[in-house]
Amino acid sequence: MNQYSRWKYFLILLTIGLSLIYVTPNFYGESYAIQIMPLKSGDKIESSVLKIVESKLNLENLYNKGLIYEPSSIKVKLESAEDQLKAKTVIEDSLGNQYVVALNLISNSPNWLTNIGALPMYLGLDLRGGVHFLMQVDLTTALEKTTGGYLRDIRTELRKDRVAYYDAKKNNDVIQIKFKTEQDLKDGKNIIRDINPDFDFKEMKINNEQLLKIIISEKTKKSITEFAIKQNLETLNNRVNELGVAEPIIQQQGLDRIVVQLPGVQDTAKAKEILGRTALLEMRMVDDEKSNPQNIEEAINGKPPFGTELFYDRFENPILVKKEVILTGERITNAGPSVDSQTGQSVVSITLDGAGSNIFKEVTRENVGKKIALLLIEKNLTEVITAPVIKSEIGGGRVQITGMRNTQEATDIALLLRAGSLAAPMEIIEERTVGPSMGKENITKGIQSTIWGFVAIVILMIIYYMLFGVISVIGLSVNLLFLVALLSAIQATLTLPGLAAIALTLGMAIDANVLINERIRDEIRNGNTPQASIHMGYEKAWGTILDSNITTMIAGLALFMFGSGPIKGFAVVHVLGILTSMYSAIFVSRGIVNYLYGNKRKIKKLSIGEIFKVENN
Amino acid sequence: MEFFRVKKDIPFMSYRKISVIISFAIFFFSVLFLFTRGLNLGVDFTGGTIMEVSYPQVANIESIRSTLDEIDIKDSQVQNFGTSKDALIRLPLTDNLSIADLSEKVASALRVKDSSVQIKRVESVGSQVGDELYEDGALAILFVCLGIMVYLWLRFEWRFAVAAIVANLHDVIIILGFFAYFQWEFNLTVLAAVLAVLGYSVNESVVVFDRVRENFRSPKMRRAKVTEVVDNAITRTMSRTIMTHLSTQTVVIAMLIFGGEILHNFALALTIGILFGIYSSIMVGCPMAIWLGTNQNNLAVTQTDQNKDNIDS
Repeated sequence: MNQYSRWKYFLILLTIGLSLIYVTPNFYGESYAIQIMPLKSGDKIESSVLKIVESKLNLENLYNKGLIYEPSSIKVKLESAEDQLKAKTVIEDSLGNQYVVALNLISNSPNWLTNIGALPMYLGLDLRGGVHFLMQVDLTTALEKTTGGYLRDIRTELRKDRVAYYDAKKNNDVIQIKFKTEQDLKDGKNIIRDINPDFDFKEMKINNEQLLKIIISEKTKKSITEFAIKQNLETLNNRVNELGVAEPIIQQQGLDRIVVQLPGVQDTAKAKEILGRTALLEMRMVDDEKSNPQNIEEAINGKPPFGTELFYDRFENPILVKKEVILTGERITNAGPSVDSQTGQSVVSITLDGAGSNIFKEVTRENVGKKIALLLIEKNLTEVITAPVIKSEIGGGRVQITGMRNTQEATDIALLLRAGSLAAPMEIIEERTVGPSMGKENITKGIQSTIWGFVAIVILMIIYYMLFGVISVIGLSVNLLFLVALLSAIQATLTLPGLAAIALTLGMAIDANVLINERIRDEIRNGNTPQASIHMGYEKAWGTILDSNITTMIAGLALFMFGSGPIKGFAVVHVLGILTSMYSAIFVSRGIVNYLYGNKRKIKKLSIGEIFKVENN
Repeated sequence: MEFFRVKKDIPFMSYRKISVIISFAIFFFSVLFLFTRGLNLGVDFTGGTIMEVSYPQVANIESIRSTLDEIDIKDSQVQNFGTSKDALIRLPLTDNLSIADLSEKVASALRVKDSSVQIKRVESVGSQVGDELYEDGALAILFVCLGIMVYLWLRFEWRFAVAAIVANLHDVIIILGFFAYFQWEFNLTVLAAVLAVLGYSVNESVVVFDRVRENFRSPKMRRAKVTEVVDNAITRTMSRTIMTHLSTQTVVIAMLIFGGEILHNFALALTIGILFGIYSSIMVGCPMAIWLGTNQNNLAVTQTDQNKDNIDS
């Protein structure tokens, strides 16, 4: 009755064998490496770069332990941390700024393991060190910005088609335009509908005025916010690339949030600076007509004249700027720091895209002699970088921004403009940083807890249940093996709470074996034969084990669903641990018992520890 | 080796009045502490910043405090953490500085004062996130309770489901009571421990209830009183109870010793949960089930159950 068919033993051996393969990469350790990536994420790297890298390293006598070429990156393994830094400088110098060179650690496991997807466990930031940011995207601003853009487009189109209108303005996400005649309104509506067919319209007649309200539909709003998030993600990707981080994670979370994880980044200040800069560039006209001392005085007291806003330039001078935005940073295709040939000042040279060039040309032509202001909006603070007088029409889309404090600032602003502006401002609402030494400490702590906990259980089980204790312990070891193999295979993120969950799962999983062993003892106590006791013991314990594991599983799933960050790390391991323990504690341990006892016809006694029996029962 | 060499069943249920009184007392005090002292919520829930900093020499707490004063940061707390070389700085949320700027400002001020300082860990949580984590935590507890109740209701019957969940919540409240009384920090990791306890300690009830049901169905105990049936079930599962919890507790002790500060409160919550879990499933869950009227009739072998059991075995 206690016999397994061959396929069951085969299944056990197969799963153990597979697990052993998937566990091995964890024991090979890691090499220092550098990773070369193209500046724009998504671009491919040419194989010729590989040869350049190889020859440069040879020239500098830097021995590489292996070059790995992937379409999206080149990885070079190096001997030491020192070589790693040297190699980084050498390669950065030789490849120029079209590539990003990042420091990385690469598993030493042999290629054939990597090829079958056997990788070491994926360590979370609390174990490998790095920064985690959760960023909140301000979608209201994105919506307002787009509405502003529509207003601009509507004005341009109406003017182009010579439809008379007056007083076009926006209020949050509603645009209002007044027309003189009904015919104008009708024509205007048709033109506006061409800009975006999803606009909703509302017509009103007030005091002989034809009022048209343009309401942005929910569908459009949705696509605006989706686009904003998408663009922010892309911008972040570019910015992170500029930082040179190997294996960054940039993902949308929920409706309006973005998670950024940068393993190995230690200079958090720099990272925040680059990521968090919500620098938006806007060009607007200075309102020269209304810029009289009285108006400025009132504006300083919080009452700027209608249609204007008050900002300060870098010398704390108040400037009245029109609310209407001519151009934003989105129209910029390239930006770089340079030096003005006449003044010797640091400037940023920008190139505008086609539409941007046209708008800029038109605006400069119409406003010769007036001032145009360049606004930099950061963290809700708007600053006028410069407000030069337009001397003549500027075509070709090449613009110089003067007023930079120094070369460093010119470089920084150029980088921000080049890497793309954010479609909507973002704010860091959660930060978790772990230093590299702390990560190593955490690994040691987690592993030590697991090992010593495991050792204690082994001693306890063997003393109490003798041979059945040994079998339980083998079952538990197999459970640990399965769990680690599974975590490696699916590349679940392992965190410190995850390590705690491994330890805890071991402590809890042994319950199944204890239940089984106790049931077998019960059966022997009741006078059953050893073989029958084993059989009944496993059968009777099964229901209980299932019940208790399902309830534990419910808790695990809740943790997974509602948990974030550290809790999720715990939950993943916990849930997987329950699954593997069911298999190992019941199926595998039964296999061992059957192998040891199943073929023996007569067993006098089971080695399951001393069983106390009430004689007169 | 056998721990329990009992000749007769231990009459656990004859102490149930005392145990219920004790439980009510502990429960009362736990709730009292929760209301008077409240939980010492970590930044995960309140929002705010903690920074763990490390020096090659003994950390000068006073100097850190004065540095914070110099850069005009109010309401901060500085204390040693783990070793004398490490310090933990707690900063509340401020209106004028974003969380990202706050930690950078403190870090740079500390570096100016003593360049050997190492920033080991920073955790900053905005108020919005904190509120959400708090809500999610409460939702998770609710979900677990409902999930377990529904499952036990289906597998056993409603009396057991209610009894088990009462015993379980009793443990949770006591863990929270301990955290409130000693003002240990309650953070996300501790919440994970509380939820793990919810799932784990219900096992104890399941095991005992399983035996109770088995006893009700067994011909030997047909004439036994309900309390006798329950006593027998508890006594016969005693060895398993001890072994299982001993195993889990040794792991938790290993965590207390080797796990460091981050896992310390996690392990503490588990320890309380495990100890009270044993007590509550026996001395709270079982009396509750009896009080709710569990007896042979509502757990007697019905036709469908009989069939199911045949399939099971």
